[in-house]
Amino acid sequence: MNEPMLFLPLIPLLPFVGFLLNGVLGSKLPKALVSTIALAFPLASFALVARAAWMVYSGLALPVIEHGAPEWIVFGAVHIGFGLALDQLTLVMLLVITGVGFLIHLYSVGYMEHEQGYWRYFAYLNLFLFFMTVLVLASNFLLMFVGWEGVGLASYLLIGFYIDRRSAGDAGKKAFVVNRIGDFGFLIAMFLLLGSFGTLNFSEVAAQLAGHAAISGGVVTLICLCLLLGATGKSAQIPLYIWLPDAMEGPTPVSALIHAATMVTAGVYMIARAHALFDLSPTALLVVAILGTATAFFAATVAMVQTDIKRVLAYSTISQLGYMFLGCGVGAYSAAVFHLMTHAFFKALLFLAAGSVIHGLGGEQDLRRMGGLRKQMPVTFWTMTAAVLAIAGFFPFAGFFSKDAILAAAFQHGVSGKALWTVGLTTALLTSFYMFRLWYLTFLGESRADGPADSPANGHGSAHAGHAHESPWIMLTPLVVLAALSVCGGWIGMERFGAFLAPVTGGVQAAAGDGGQIEMMLSALAVLVAAAGWFVAHSIYGRARNDRANASLALPRRVLERKYWVDEIYVAGIVRPLEGLARYGLGWVGEWTLVRGSAWLLAGVASLSGEFLRRWQSGNLRSYAAWLTAAAAILLIFVLAGTLFGINGFADTIHWAVR
Amino acid sequence: MNTAVPAEWYLILSAALFTLGVVGFLIKRSLISIFMSIELMLNAVNLSFVTFAHEWHAVKGQIFVFFVMMVAAAEAAVGLAILISIFRARGTLTVDQIDLMKL
Repeated sequence: MNEPMLFLPLIPLLPFVGFLLNGVLGSKLPKALVSTIALAFPLASFALVARAAWMVYSGLALPVIEHGAPEWIVFGAVHIGFGLALDQLTLVMLLVITGVGFLIHLYSVGYMEHEQGYWRYFAYLNLFLFFMTVLVLASNFLLMFVGWEGVGLASYLLIGFYIDRRSAGDAGKKAFVVNRIGDFGFLIAMFLLLGSFGTLNFSEVAAQLAGHAAISGGVVTLICLCLLLGATGKSAQIPLYIWLPDAMEGPTPVSALIHAATMVTAGVYMIARAHALFDLSPTALLVVAILGTATAFFAATVAMVQTDIKRVLAYSTISQLGYMFLGCGVGAYSAAVFHLMTHAFFKALLFLAAGSVIHGLGGEQDLRRMGGLRKQMPVTFWTMTAAVLAIAGFFPFAGFFSKDAILAAAFQHGVSGKALWTVGLTTALLTSFYMFRLWYLTFLGESRADGPADSPANGHGSAHAGHAHESPWIMLTPLVVLAALSVCGGWIGMERFGAFLAPVTGGVQAAAGDGGQIEMMLSALAVLVAAAGWFVAHSIYGRARNDRANASLALPRRVLERKYWVDEIYVAGIVRPLEGLARYGLGWVGEWTLVRGSAWLLAGVASLSGEFLRRWQSGNLRSYAAWLTAAAAILLIFVLAGTLFGINGFADTIHWAVR
Repeated sequence: MNTAVPAEWYLILSAALFTLGVVGFLIKRSLISIFMSIELMLNAVNLSFVTFAHEWHAVKGQIFVFFVMMVAAAEAAVGLAILISIFRARGTLTVDQIDLMKL
């Protein structure tokens, strides 16, 4: 083979080595060494990815598949290989994961400096990179599922990183359990795939689908819907999005890396990866599009009134992921991946900037107690501004191109597409509004740090809030790099990006030629909408000093503040009944029959037999003598009886006696 | 005319002695008496061993008797020593009062 070595297995394995080193030895190593290990391995991984990207740029033919073991799992007719594959889609994902991932590692060194369990944090973070790269490098569904579960584990560990906070542990468990529901769908989909295709390889499934349509549409739709269930779990879409806002209990860089830039996009990646299946099922695609649009709109409305800076961003993430699902749902996979990439840039930046604000304010997360930070934190302010402009979709920031591509694809997708486009555009308005609201409340106006807040602060109080300080350079560097990416990331342009991804995801739906005029108008409209959002935010928050200036919309406001009571409905409808069943149904049975019953049975047998046997142990010598004699007499009787009945020999007698 | 004592008589005597030993073992309260009953049982068995050995012209039974006598002698030595120390400790040899091992 003349093919150049890409060292694909090393891309995940390097962070894994970092995890092992820090995880095993970290508690004994000095902090500087822990940081070095934690940074060096992801950087090396990124270097490998960058090298691969360079080779692809210089004309390396994709996809490149490196088999670890052709026969990983073999049972009956089922052969599942252990292979890593690099194609255009994987390359984009890898660049985002290792690139943004490294930046966030760098940022974490500053952000987590004073935290307990510094080494533990970096071990988990490296573990996450390992699983995430496995997820995108996998050449079959099963290996992808390994990464899928692994990132779930890393996410759980990192959400619950502050082990002394009960809410963090609860949030971790919630994320894990909700994700399990989605994973269940993924598993069912894999079984169905095995049943109808006999293979889990992406390329083989696609080849079979292209070859002949022997598989009935119903099965394909079912597979797609099961995959979609998995995707909604991981990517926080309706109905399984509820874990993501709570996941903000984790350290902020984790929210940036896992719950904004990379892991939550795994669902989008998965749908794009399995697009050959989805393409055959218009029903499933429609469900994807509707779910995505509904989630985008729904989450955006909730984000408008949240007061915790990270929760605003969390709902914003859910909303943006909804856009990506919309993109997938209208068949514009490359647009979805494009948005995935730009979103990774600006949402990671938003989170990191928010983390910088929180850091500077000594743990304050409540928007109502911020304000006026523009002077104190200029770098954070300007980078965050870039990110806000990007997510709101202003030309020429990154978000404009990708969001525009998705909306344009939706617009050209028949009648249902028009409706989706309308909702998507409205969501863009809301997005712009809530992002500028956050921006105004955080950076502009007067500082409200000492003002009354009618809810206790989420963080560690606001002792430092009066004199906020700018973050150290190690945190600002990633901000600046990401800000540059948020500004320039979209300049590749949808055409070129789509053409690059075309071998994987199929051609771009909206060919530029036929609707240039319409596209221009749509773009203009999108920018107009974003500007309108800014204007509304400005008119409410630009002058007014407080968030609760407008009391006129009390009822809708309350509905939104309570997040439509979805958590409460889930608790009342699903969690409570299950808990009740577990506690009073199965719990009672298990407790009283299995646990206590068996204990009582064992203890009862022992004490009863003891009660019986202890009577023999009277301590009276003559009673022992009597038992001895009686036993001897009984033996004698057996022997005699044996003789009488004509049985010869002692062994036979015993046999007869026992019988 | 055979004037020799029939073997059955020996055996009956042996059984009678043994029964006496068992009964004594069961009903006597003094440790000394119990001890003597045990000796009685051993010697009853010895008697039947010797009887059978003579009857069947086999020497094994007589050899076994020597073993039993040896064990009995050892037992007497150890047992009497135990009896003495029990008496020293408890001031009595009545078995009903020696029940410290009771649960």
